[in-house]
Amino acid sequence: MSTLALIFEKSTPGKRAVTFPACDVPEVDPSAVIPAELLRQKPAELPEVSEIEAVRHFTQLSRRNHGVDVDFYPLGSCTMKYNPKVNEEAARLPGIALAHPQQPVETVQGNLKLLHTLEGWLCEVTGMDRMTFQPAAGAHGELTGILIIKAYHESRKDTDRRKVIVPDSAHGTNPATAAMAGFDVVSIPSKHDGSVDLDALRAVVGPDTAALMMTNPSTLGIFDPHVKDVAEIVHAAGGLVYYDGANMNAIMGYARPGDMGFDVVHLNLHKTFSTPHGGGGPGSGPVGVKQFLAPFLPVPVVELAGDKYLLDWERPLSIGKMMGFYGNFGVVARAFAYTLAYGPELKEVSEYAVLNANYIQAHLRKYYDLAVDRYCMHECVISAKTLKHEVGVKTLDIAKRLLDEGIHPPTIYFPMIVEEAMMIEPTETEDKATLDRFIASMVQIYKEAKEDPERVKSAPHLTVVGRLDEALAARKPNLRFKKDL
Amino acid sequence: MRYIPITQADKAAMLRDIGVSSTQELFAANIPADVRLNRPLNLPPALSEMEILATMSDLTRQNVTLADYTCFLGAGAYDHYIPAAVDAFVRRGEFLTAYTPYQPEISQGVLQVIYEYQSLVCELTGMDLSNASMYDGGSAMAEAAGMVVQQTGRKKVVVASSVHPNWRRVVKTYMHGIGVEVIEAPLVNCELDLNKLETLVTDEVAGVIVQMPNFLGHIEQVRTIEKMAHAKGALFVVAADPISLAVLEAPGNYGADIVVMEGQSLGNAVSYGGPWLGIIATRDKFSRRIPGRIVGATLDNRGQRAFVLTLQTREQHIRREKATSNICSNQALNALAATVYMTLVGKEGLREVANLSLQKAHYAATQIQKLPGYKIACKSSFFKEFTINCPKPAEEINRMLLQKGILGGYASSPDYPLLPNAMTIAVTEKRTKAQIDQLVAALGEVK
Repeated sequence: MSTLALIFEKSTPGKRAVTFPACDVPEVDPSAVIPAELLRQKPAELPEVSEIEAVRHFTQLSRRNHGVDVDFYPLGSCTMKYNPKVNEEAARLPGIALAHPQQPVETVQGNLKLLHTLEGWLCEVTGMDRMTFQPAAGAHGELTGILIIKAYHESRKDTDRRKVIVPDSAHGTNPATAAMAGFDVVSIPSKHDGSVDLDALRAVVGPDTAALMMTNPSTLGIFDPHVKDVAEIVHAAGGLVYYDGANMNAIMGYARPGDMGFDVVHLNLHKTFSTPHGGGGPGSGPVGVKQFLAPFLPVPVVELAGDKYLLDWERPLSIGKMMGFYGNFGVVARAFAYTLAYGPELKEVSEYAVLNANYIQAHLRKYYDLAVDRYCMHECVISAKTLKHEVGVKTLDIAKRLLDEGIHPPTIYFPMIVEEAMMIEPTETEDKATLDRFIASMVQIYKEAKEDPERVKSAPHLTVVGRLDEALAARKPNLRFKKDL
Repeated sequence: MRYIPITQADKAAMLRDIGVSSTQELFAANIPADVRLNRPLNLPPALSEMEILATMSDLTRQNVTLADYTCFLGAGAYDHYIPAAVDAFVRRGEFLTAYTPYQPEISQGVLQVIYEYQSLVCELTGMDLSNASMYDGGSAMAEAAGMVVQQTGRKKVVVASSVHPNWRRVVKTYMHGIGVEVIEAPLVNCELDLNKLETLVTDEVAGVIVQMPNFLGHIEQVRTIEKMAHAKGALFVVAADPISLAVLEAPGNYGADIVVMEGQSLGNAVSYGGPWLGIIATRDKFSRRIPGRIVGATLDNRGQRAFVLTLQTREQHIRREKATSNICSNQALNALAATVYMTLVGKEGLREVANLSLQKAHYAATQIQKLPGYKIACKSSFFKEFTINCPKPAEEINRMLLQKGILGGYASSPDYPLLPNAMTIAVTEKRTKAQIDQLVAALGEVK
């Protein structure tokens, strides 16, 4: 397949797809009702194509894209599990898709009950007391949570707490979030297994500590054995502890952040609760808090008064709003459907996620280096360090060669504390045959790297495009089509 | 275990290969006993697919919906027509179940869609560049406020009181985080008070943020405001309605430095407030300040045009605490819907949607003004939404309209106490003359 023309390049003046009914009201001249200097002079150059051309264009584009529905997608820390089709139907129920966010509360009792009910369920899963669904994504949840912590300290006039502690194994959003909330970021080194170094932590906590942000299981796929101590050390210094729930798929029904002593947690419904990633979003990043932080949640909060649900806007300590309305409600509805599908059996989701990851680790350790030599949780981190030193084949090359096998590569070069890292998260929705095929591909690439390293280094060979010149893209940015180019 | 395809035989074989006798050993090796949950999760029992749909259908059937009621409600979400082909692509698994295109060789579909989306946004707004989309319009406005603060180094932003009240709340929440003061500029009637604005825009102000048309539906004097902002070295941020840009001038042509929009109207269901998409577009000179993902065209090693995420040195995964924002996802699926929508309606169709909305809104306003006790609250021009003063509180009138199968306009007096008994009414191309006449007749019955 060669380059696919842009929709603009397929445009022909006069072509139409959708038409609209004739105007059935007496017409006014727009220039009679809008000041002349504010009327559009030159129309936007949107494409002019027929419906069949539009449909073929986007169908052909879809065929140049890999998704979970196409094949295996073990992208570490992203939990690319199967997205059940019934969730899509649920989100399109008229009561969900066709309810207007400004409707009076008495006309949307069903949606408010959905939010209130799922809040209770996810509080049970996380061990928290209250939850907001307003954040649109994990990073947005982090910002919400850290702003809640900031508001809490401010409410106590404890305003010298300017520092947020983040282990160096953390996802980049953690330090970026702390900075966006106006905090100074203190990075502490992690131990080789990604767990928090308690001595390093003790050395930095103090009266200026606002919070610690922690991902558990860590980005190395290991549950921190001293997680309770971490919370206690930070609490003793007067700080709060934030749990990045990105890896919740490992521990549902086995352990709860609330029981580990955490004050704030966010979930990623697009990871753990099976809502589709959509090519980069929409997600949903609900934030759970302990009761003492509930007054700081974003407005409005859904409350049950008697047998009626209402939206409570009168919360003087609230951080305010994070989004225009109530978050990505359609995504939340999908997560509701998913929770109904499992109930208490969510524990088996984590059980099989951990089984699948350890199965891959058990096989690939014979060929690749392990970041940490112990049983992992829901993902394993391996490294091509030895291979690179022996034959010059890097993790990037292995990832590109996997593309030829029709498999999406693992997350690569993350966590940054592991050289030539590959972070593999199979999820519980893959069967043994798929895992075996992935293992076989990884072994084949290992052997090929030794026998014919150039073949690996020049991969991919079978994709519609080859490796891209990313430096050119950044040096000479071409970020939009222009007709006259 | 519906979505777990491992048989018991598979499980036994896998445990054998791992070298353990049960999955419990894997958990015991990781999770310390003192944090383990030693009881089942207290959740309702698992349901079959049939039961899930029945449960959720029962739960949400009691909602009033736009399927059954005639909608004159806007105030940030609009009942525009969504062509049938849009959802066909939103449902396609290749788009639906992909993630951020980290591996461009197998993600050309999403990447090209986003490149086309960015191009369409630039066409619509008259700006130089767009990112791949933000969470929604409100958070896009807050990110724009962050951009003007970073760009100017100043610590105040002026936001028009005529900006959507919820969006103003989002801006304040974000700005509080970085210690920036948000000054709300007051109104006269339904538009910004330009005399007061002039005194508020000092050389300590990083940016002036307005909405056009504003929350009450009316048009702001953007050309005058632009001059006031730039005279003091402040940047000019415009929140626009994307549909309106087929009739109203592109903000790029009246000096906007950043344009933000809620993209819901472009092919996305109202869906009780989301998921939608935030649109943000700016000038080339701010390309290193814009948050979020950006797609660019480049060449592959076979000399073909291809697309890739670019300008990533702004972003959190590289810059960590020095990034322009913590955002890492976007609303790609909603941006896909917007791209398919703009393609399907095309150059002429968008003008028709905008013109029909304008015509019907003006017809509705004319008819309502003829009713005793009603008058349009402001003299200034409007596009598809306008604010009227009613003989009774709008909440009361809306309860009566609801009984007639009509979702009335937004009761705007709580947000704008100087406008008594105010109702902000939105009319899209979907409303027929008969529906508008029904609304007018029902309003006429209010005594």
